[in-house]
Amino acid sequence: MSTPRLDRRTLLRGAAAGGGLLGLQGLLPAWAQTGSAGLRADLPTLTGPNIDLTVGHTPFTVGGRTGHAVTINGVLPAPLLRLREGQNVRLSVANTLDEDTSIHWHGLLVPFQMDGVPGISFPGIRARETFVYEFPIKQSGTFWYHSHSNLQEAMGHYGPIVIDPAGPDPVAYDREHVLVLSDWSFMHPHEILAKLKKSPGYFNQQRTTLSGLMDGSDRMSLEERRMWGQMRMDPRDILDVSGSTYTYLINGHGPQENWTGLFRPGERVRLRIINASAMSIFNIRIPGLPMTVVQADGENVRPVETDEFQISVAETYDVIVQPTEDRAYTIVSEAIDRSGMGRATLAPRLGMTAEVPPLREVPNLTMRDMGMGGMDHGAMGDMSGMDHGAMAGMDHAAPAQNAPAVGEMAGMSMSGMNMRDPENAPPDMAVGVGVDAIAMDPANRLGERPIGLTNVDHRVLVYTDLVSLQPNKDQRPPSRTMEIHLTGNMERFMWGFDGRKFSELVEPIRFERNERVRVTLVNDTMMAHPIHLHGHFFELVTGGPAGHQPLKHTVNVAPGGKVTFDLTADAPGDWAFHCHMLMHMHAGMFNVVTVRPMDGAAR
Amino acid sequence: MNRLAVTLAPLILAASAFSAQAQDPHAGHTMPAQTRPAPAPPSQTPARPPAQDPHAGHVMPPAQNPPATDPHAGHRMPAQTAPIDPHAGHDMPAPAPAQPNPHAGHDMSAMAPAQTDPHAGHDTSAMNMGPPDTPTSADTPGRPPEDPLPAAALIAPTHAADLVFGAEAMAASRRTLVRENGDVRTTAVIIDRLEVGFGDDDESYLWDVQGWSGGDINRFWWKSEGEGDFGGEFEEAELQALYSRAVTPFWDLQTGVRQDFRPDGEDTTHLVLGLQGLAPHWWEIDAAAFLSTDGDLTAGVEAEYDQRITQRLILQPRLEIDASASDIPELEIGSGLSSVEAGLRLRYEFRKEFAPYVGVEWSRAFGETADYIEARGGETDDTRFVVGLKAWF
Repeated sequence: MSTPRLDRRTLLRGAAAGGGLLGLQGLLPAWAQTGSAGLRADLPTLTGPNIDLTVGHTPFTVGGRTGHAVTINGVLPAPLLRLREGQNVRLSVANTLDEDTSIHWHGLLVPFQMDGVPGISFPGIRARETFVYEFPIKQSGTFWYHSHSNLQEAMGHYGPIVIDPAGPDPVAYDREHVLVLSDWSFMHPHEILAKLKKSPGYFNQQRTTLSGLMDGSDRMSLEERRMWGQMRMDPRDILDVSGSTYTYLINGHGPQENWTGLFRPGERVRLRIINASAMSIFNIRIPGLPMTVVQADGENVRPVETDEFQISVAETYDVIVQPTEDRAYTIVSEAIDRSGMGRATLAPRLGMTAEVPPLREVPNLTMRDMGMGGMDHGAMGDMSGMDHGAMAGMDHAAPAQNAPAVGEMAGMSMSGMNMRDPENAPPDMAVGVGVDAIAMDPANRLGERPIGLTNVDHRVLVYTDLVSLQPNKDQRPPSRTMEIHLTGNMERFMWGFDGRKFSELVEPIRFERNERVRVTLVNDTMMAHPIHLHGHFFELVTGGPAGHQPLKHTVNVAPGGKVTFDLTADAPGDWAFHCHMLMHMHAGMFNVVTVRPMDGAAR
Repeated sequence: MNRLAVTLAPLILAASAFSAQAQDPHAGHTMPAQTRPAPAPPSQTPARPPAQDPHAGHVMPPAQNPPATDPHAGHRMPAQTAPIDPHAGHDMPAPAPAQPNPHAGHDMSAMAPAQTDPHAGHDTSAMNMGPPDTPTSADTPGRPPEDPLPAAALIAPTHAADLVFGAEAMAASRRTLVRENGDVRTTAVIIDRLEVGFGDDDESYLWDVQGWSGGDINRFWWKSEGEGDFGGEFEEAELQALYSRAVTPFWDLQTGVRQDFRPDGEDTTHLVLGLQGLAPHWWEIDAAAFLSTDGDLTAGVEAEYDQRITQRLILQPRLEIDASASDIPELEIGSGLSSVEAGLRLRYEFRKEFAPYVGVEWSRAFGETADYIEARGGETDDTRFVVGLKAWF
């Protein structure tokens, strides 16, 4: 086991190689350095039964500017942990910060007290103390780890985990690369949050304007604009924090630094893609190279070939690509609001680059994003105030491949509809200041292309394409249903579950141990929320092949949409359940899940 | 009474905008189960999910994996792309590629056929028919009760980690967890207008600044406005200290005191009751009624709107209306509508927090207020060119 620390030799090597950017290479783990040949056992990743990690402050340079990062072992991203299914691992985490820290092993099934959430799993790791995590590795696949303290994750405290299966890997590949996607800002995350509290549109430099209306570039009629204005909603509020402050990183490299992974033509290359961003959802594509998705969130899926997929915060996808030509390919991680992109290159040799596609046009939100999406499902009766004639063009039939622009409802009177009717929410939901809307007719959008990709002329992965390779372990029908609303007030930047912020001392979400529950998440807001449940994988109810529902630790709930999953609550203890948009979580979209009784729980 | 009505009109206007969005006939009502035809029999619930699966009972050829064994185990590359892939060989055309809007002009009934085959052109044998539509509260009239919690879910301990680390060690971190997940405190200072005005024969200055400190619901809010003439003297200034409480998603109710400062010694003190927030169509409204220690009731409402011309160039119309319920001769305020100010400011946001502007401001005194001003030979009508700065931090 060796740790890629910034040492004199590394610096000298960098200097000898020409200084400049290369001088920074020592700040990156070897697999993340520009020109990685791929993951190999002899590369300085951290493996074995005993691993030492040190959390500390490190300067971080990107785009020629240096800022302050919180890192593990001095590198950003943190070292790759390469483990093997069936082993035990002992991870000793030393905290050299002046504040508490923690590490959560995202997606790993561990005893609750090893899950790393201060205040739920353990007390946290105090300044200048060391905590030893120890647990058996019961899975294989691509995962990641990050801080669950304060907003450290947004400052660089994240890294990848790869677990090799105990037996043969059902996914065949000749070479693999890890791609850790993230968003870096020189603005401190607390300042980012303060800006959002004072001015929720602060980072949005792509709002609708008068000139955009005049020259048509906003693609929105006056009528539509009036409707959005009446609701006090912003049709361009797609990501709260954007490329106006973020540099989108791939393996710690900005777009100019162009991380490059090598391949030999004809090889099957496995890309293990992790979205370790604080606030950014990406669309991933490699122009000219189809991708076969073989794993999602560390769980194998039936291979499905696609040209582009969306990866929400905290999700992971493994894809196989097989470049046959002796040329470079650009890996594009475009922020979904098209305010910027991460860029990396796959090439046979260092120094080769491929064309970098320009940013595509900003998408506008649609009425489906307002929670009025299910209107094609016979819910029209609820909308007596609407002029049906004016709704021509509401083509939801082909699952929203052409989600209508709001203006297609031109003439429809918004006054006839209550966008915040408590009757559309469960009885225990608090409909107060923190709830600016309640979805009137949330649509199941698992089969829809995500925002901005509805009209691209190539294949796009949707959640319903995911089919678990292995049969689901628990095929009992659910004995109980549960509805949880994702709520918010965009204007006040308040976020919560069922109308409450966690700080309002909410009741936990309780499960009986081993009970099987069908949970439906309803997104009352107009933003996407990647919802993550600790300690469990849930099965997305996609309507796919019976007994092969895809397993996820994090699911992106589309604006105004709903997601249903089946959960077997088989991990006793207390677990975090939250939106993985870090600022949404910090603003209250967080709760505790309890699984009882504890009897026989691993201790 | 008329005067009172006039005085309160702005406040009422704002309040009605406020209540329009706040109004909810069911707010605060508990909806007993009787609003539903009958509570769903509990046994129905477990049965529901499988029934929603459109594929229940279907034979899905690609799904028939031999039971538990991994079909891919031990295979190398060739096997990977082979028949196990349900999509192998399918072209999977981008579903309904780029047909801009095939149903434009159709009425709703015409949508039905389209709906029957969302995957037209796909080989549906390998595709599922879309996710099942699990009903939610929005599909059910009233607010149906949720499935009861199994009793075992409530078994102790309250906090699992207390068993491992002790209640004392966990208590402090739990407090931190609560603070770090929702309890965000902010402090803001907003310089809405800091400007110089150029009239026919004088130059004036003005500030209009406010700020707050607190959480999402409860805040301490302060406001200060003042103006004067360069060369002449400082006319008047006011400072408000308010408790502000968010009462609906877009509106804050504010109450506190206002202290005025005038060079001539009329330093009145008022009680303040106001409403501040965002009206539909993005109008920022600040309306308040003031009751002075002398018993005079006045009110004012301000409205501002930001029209983005580009991302950085913003035109802001602004309207301010003041009214009084009583004659206050010493302040040259007559009862009824006392004054109206209308401004148009064009600012450029170098940063969102820093935006210099130029603009014009027209103001006019009405009724007895105008009479007082005319009586001392003043102008009741004023138009001035303004240059200033909008900033916040």
